[in-house]
Amino acid sequence: MIDVHDVTFAYPNQELLFKNFHWQVTKGETWALLGPSGCGKSTLLTLLAGLIPPNKGEIWIDGKYLTRPRPRTGLILQDYGLLPWATVEENIALGLKIRRLYGPDGQHAPLNTHPDHQASHSTYWLKRLGLEALAKKYPRQLSGGQRQRTAIARTLILEPDLLLMDEPFASLDAPTRESLQELTLTLCAEKKLTILMVTHAIEEAAFMGQKILLMDAYPVQKAHIIDNPHLADTAYRRSPAYQSTCTLLRANMERTRDNEPKF
Amino acid sequence: MKRRDVILAMASLLIIWQSAAMLLNRAILPTPLAVLDTFIKAFPQELGGHFLTSLYRVVASIVVAVTLATPLGLILGQSERLNRIATPFLYLLYPIPKVVLVPIILLFLGVGDIAKIFIISTILFFQVLVLVRDSAARLRPELLLSVRSLGAGRRALFRFIYLPASLPAILTAIRQSIGTAVAVLYVAELFATQKGLGYYIYLNGSTLFDYPAMYAGVMAMSLLGLGLYFGVDALQHRICAWMEI
Repeated sequence: MIDVHDVTFAYPNQELLFKNFHWQVTKGETWALLGPSGCGKSTLLTLLAGLIPPNKGEIWIDGKYLTRPRPRTGLILQDYGLLPWATVEENIALGLKIRRLYGPDGQHAPLNTHPDHQASHSTYWLKRLGLEALAKKYPRQLSGGQRQRTAIARTLILEPDLLLMDEPFASLDAPTRESLQELTLTLCAEKKLTILMVTHAIEEAAFMGQKILLMDAYPVQKAHIIDNPHLADTAYRRSPAYQSTCTLLRANMERTRDNEPKF
Repeated sequence: MKRRDVILAMASLLIIWQSAAMLLNRAILPTPLAVLDTFIKAFPQELGGHFLTSLYRVVASIVVAVTLATPLGLILGQSERLNRIATPFLYLLYPIPKVVLVPIILLFLGVGDIAKIFIISTILFFQVLVLVRDSAARLRPELLLSVRSLGAGRRALFRFIYLPASLPAILTAIRQSIGTAVAVLYVAELFATQKGLGYYIYLNGSTLFDYPAMYAGVMAMSLLGLGLYFGVDALQHRICAWMEI
C-alpha cells in the first residue's frame, strides 16, 4: 500500500528529520507512529498526504508515485480543520462539494465516483457518528469530541482507503478519547481502511497500533517497528499484554530521550 | 446596534440641539422642530430626489470597490510573494487623501456620476483590500491543510475557504468606511452637479441662506449614513450568522 523509498527531508534551513528512510505499509494495517515532539511524526504524515514533497527519495501509494494529495487519502488533524462558518452537516458535505466542483478527474476526486450518489451518505454518516441532533450547529457550539466526530465523518464520507490521523484525540478528555479510539477502529475495520495514527501518547499507540513505528532517532533513518497484534476492544485496555506493550514502549521512549542531542 | 439605543441617542442629540438653538437664538441654528417641519415638507419634493441620487452614488461605489478589491485582496492574502511586492505600493497609495484628487478626477472623468463613484470607490477600495488581504493571510494553516486533503485545489480553496472567510472582513471594511464615504460624497457633490445631498446642502446653506432647508439636507445625509449602517448590519446578520452565536 505504502512504500517510502529512500526519503530524505528537512524543512528549509532546519535540521534533517529523515535520512535515507525506508518504510513499507501493507493494505489494511493499523499503525501508530510514536515519538517525542519534534521527531518528525507529523512531517511524515504530511509527506504521505502529498502536501509537501520529500527533498530526496520517493513515496509510492497504491502503486502510484505520490506528487500531490491523493483523493483516496483522508487526513484528520488534532485541530479538526472545520469551517467555522459552516454547520456540522455543511462541514460533512464539504468534500463532496469539492468533488462536484472538479468532477471525477482522478486528481481532486477518484475517477469512478459520482458525488451525487454519495450525497445520501451525509445522513448515514451523521447518524453513524451520533451527530444528527447537531446537524444545524456550528463548530464553535460543539465540544471537542463532537468536532472531531464531525471531522471523521467529513473524511469517511469520501470513502478513503487510507486514513492519516495526526494526534486526533490529543486535546480530548480521557473517556471521550477512548470512545473515539474504539469508534475509529470499528469504522476502519468495517471499511477495511489502512490507518496511520501519529501520537505522542504511549497508551494510545499501544491501543491503536497493530504495528508501531517508533521514531526514536535524529534524524530518522531506520524504521524501528514493534509488532503489537491484538484485539482492540475495551477489555484489551485492562489486559497484561497491553500493560507489557506500554512498558516496552516506555523503555524505548526513555532511551530515546537519553540519546536526544543536547543543545 | 440596537434600535432602542439608536432612538435614545437620537433623542439626546435632539435635546442638545434644541437647547443650543434656544440659547443661541439665531437664524443659523434653527430648532430641530423647524428643521423637521422643513424636512417633512421638502422630502417628498426635491430633497427625496437628492437623497436617492446620493444613495445611488454611495451604494454603487461600495459595489464597485468590493467587486474590485475582494479578489485582489484574496490573491495577495494567499501569496506571501505577491504580497511582499504589492505592499509598498499599497502603503504609498493608501494614505493619500483621495479628496485632494477630486478636481483632477473631474477633469479626466467628466462631471457625471462616474467621476463621483470613482472617487468614493477609490477610498473604499483600499480599506476593503487591506482588510480582506489580512483576513486571508490570517487563515489557520491547519484549516487549509485539512481542506486540501479533501481534494481542494486552488479553485476550491478560493470558493470554499478564502471567499467565505473574507466576508466578515468585507463587511467590516464597508462599515468602517461609511463615514468617510459620506464625507467624500459631500465634497464630490459640491462640484459640477445639480443633484445630490451635497449640492442641496451647499445651495441652501451658502447661496440661498435657507438654514432650515440646509439642516434638513444634513439630516437626510445622517439618515443616509444610518441606513447604510443598518444595511450592513442586516447583511452581516444574514451572511455571517455563525459569528453571532
